[in-house]
Amino acid sequence: MKRRTVTALAAGLGLAASLMGTSALAQDKMRIALVVKALGIGFFEAAARGAEEAAKELGNVEIIYTGPTDTTAEGQIEVINALIAQGVDAIAVSANDPDALVPALKRAMDRGITVISWDSGVAPEGRQMHLNPSSNELIGNMIIKLAADHLPEGGQVAVLSASATATNQNTWIAEMNKVLPNYPGIEVVATVYGDDLADKSYREAQGLIQSYPELDAIIAPTSVGIVAAAQAVADAGKIGQINVTGLGLPSEMAGAIESGASKSFAIWNPIDLGYSATMIAHALASGQAKAEPGAVIPIGRMGSITLDETNTAAMADPFVYDASNIDEFKSIF
Amino acid sequence: MTGRLVTSREALLAGALMLLLALVATRFPGFVAPANLARVFNDTAPLILLALGQMAVILTRCIDLSVAANLALTGMIVAMINVAAPGVPLAALIALAVGLGTLMGMANGILVWKLDIPPIVVTLGTMTIYRGTIFLISGGKWVNAHEMGAAFKALPRAVILGLPVMSWVAIAAVLAFWLVLTRTTLGRAFYAVGGNPRAATYAGIDVGRTQFLAFTLSGALAGLTGYLWVARYAVAYVDIAGGFELDVVAACVIGGISIMGGVGSVAGALLGALFLGVIKNALPVVNVSPFWQLAISGTAIIVAVALNARASRSRGRIILRRAEHAA
Repeated sequence: MKRRTVTALAAGLGLAASLMGTSALAQDKMRIALVVKALGIGFFEAAARGAEEAAKELGNVEIIYTGPTDTTAEGQIEVINALIAQGVDAIAVSANDPDALVPALKRAMDRGITVISWDSGVAPEGRQMHLNPSSNELIGNMIIKLAADHLPEGGQVAVLSASATATNQNTWIAEMNKVLPNYPGIEVVATVYGDDLADKSYREAQGLIQSYPELDAIIAPTSVGIVAAAQAVADAGKIGQINVTGLGLPSEMAGAIESGASKSFAIWNPIDLGYSATMIAHALASGQAKAEPGAVIPIGRMGSITLDETNTAAMADPFVYDASNIDEFKSIF
Repeated sequence: MTGRLVTSREALLAGALMLLLALVATRFPGFVAPANLARVFNDTAPLILLALGQMAVILTRCIDLSVAANLALTGMIVAMINVAAPGVPLAALIALAVGLGTLMGMANGILVWKLDIPPIVVTLGTMTIYRGTIFLISGGKWVNAHEMGAAFKALPRAVILGLPVMSWVAIAAVLAFWLVLTRTTLGRAFYAVGGNPRAATYAGIDVGRTQFLAFTLSGALAGLTGYLWVARYAVAYVDIAGGFELDVVAACVIGGISIMGGVGSVAGALLGALFLGVIKNALPVVNVSPFWQLAISGTAIIVAVALNARASRSRGRIILRRAEHAA
């Protein structure tokens, strides 16, 4: 009894609650552990809601939402060890470190536990598959689509990126330029770099507003840049003339949506992510699907995913936030 | 060669600033329109404010690397208070910002004064502590535009006599600093302590206490700028103004304030900050590759400092002589 208490403490409150639950319930219920980077983060709380939704849909699934109290790999290893001791059926982890968790997760797989990573991946040897929230192609297409949707007549758009050397930003912008011919009339006039600093991004956005009097939209695929650009557009009195869009967080962009500086923006939806991770973990743990290159795994209302040669898959297009749903999400993440 | 023609370091810098503006105007004529110059001045206001405080510190042979972290921490605290208690009047928040900044400046000053630790070590340490504190109190979360009150965000933007309040604050600070440095014993003490600490001691000036006061001034300005910064950009997070302390030191050095202490003027600090401000605002509109932007900023700093070094070599003691006359 004493030992159980210690384990429960180590594994966190979520696990403690589930322990009490399982002792009474039949053992044939599949237990899927959603291990997050740290407890108390809005993004992951939302993912847990999605996981619960999937569990309800699947029926005989119990979600164990757990994680360390701070974003450390050591904390996650402790949590994973406790889950192995518990003999859960599947672990879906958003990792604080791609390599440090590998030994613990390997041990879990040796015991027959299904291990997948989502959001923030684990090295291939430490998991059966990894679920990315989206893919570079989908993101590149989404950011130009967000601008083009409000410009039926075509127009000038400019890109405000983070630093000129940021790999993810450059990849998204390259993917965006690839699909540019699909949006006739849309002209990308400039790409500037705000270095993910509020003041520099603000200044670069001001520069764009000055240099291109006909500018219709600013695309900022960075959460610092999009907020700064929206502020610069508002301060320049250009709301309604220049639409700021790109990738941002609802809590940070609520003001810009409210003021009209941004009509819409996108980011992955954590609820969908938690939902899909649970669906995949269930499919693999129950043997309905196998994690191998080329495998197609159905993920309920989100459709299906296809694993690539590294057993990685992209969930969906980034989710679009606008005035209609910002209030619902701004308190979540 | 030019050293003989140019009468003062400030005139040289003003000339360089004009040349820079003329160069930018050839690429983008709209840049030198009065409205845009006012905008650039307003954008440079935080740099001017911090450069003034830094100047006082550098005059006393110290350096304050914690200004940007101090700014970020006070900014975060007032923003969080504004969100948690929207009823707190703005005047109280601004007073709190200045007060907190002052306290953080005093902490630097006390360590330098009483424990005799080298200022660069003290402020490097407090810089990290202040940044870490922001993370601790905010949990790494942002304070966003829609959470802040309208009045909180509006003040730096409010226009009085054609200029935003933020610009007026910078102008007032420049005038106040000019008065303090040229018309008060404290101002004289800053120069004396930096020019020759031993002589200053013999003249009855407490070197440590003077340095402490310089840090306090610098902290107070950083605190005030913290509020202005957060309100202007309408966002507060751990990394705001990251690396800004280096811009502030660069503005001082470009402005001809000797890192060896004792030499420099308010006009120099102002021009140094404006020089950097113009470069920062001009590069985005003249459409230069971002990789060149970094190189150009860096080159401008080195050229300005090299010119200053030439000019100051023979002029290092003149201000002290002037100080003797004044005293």
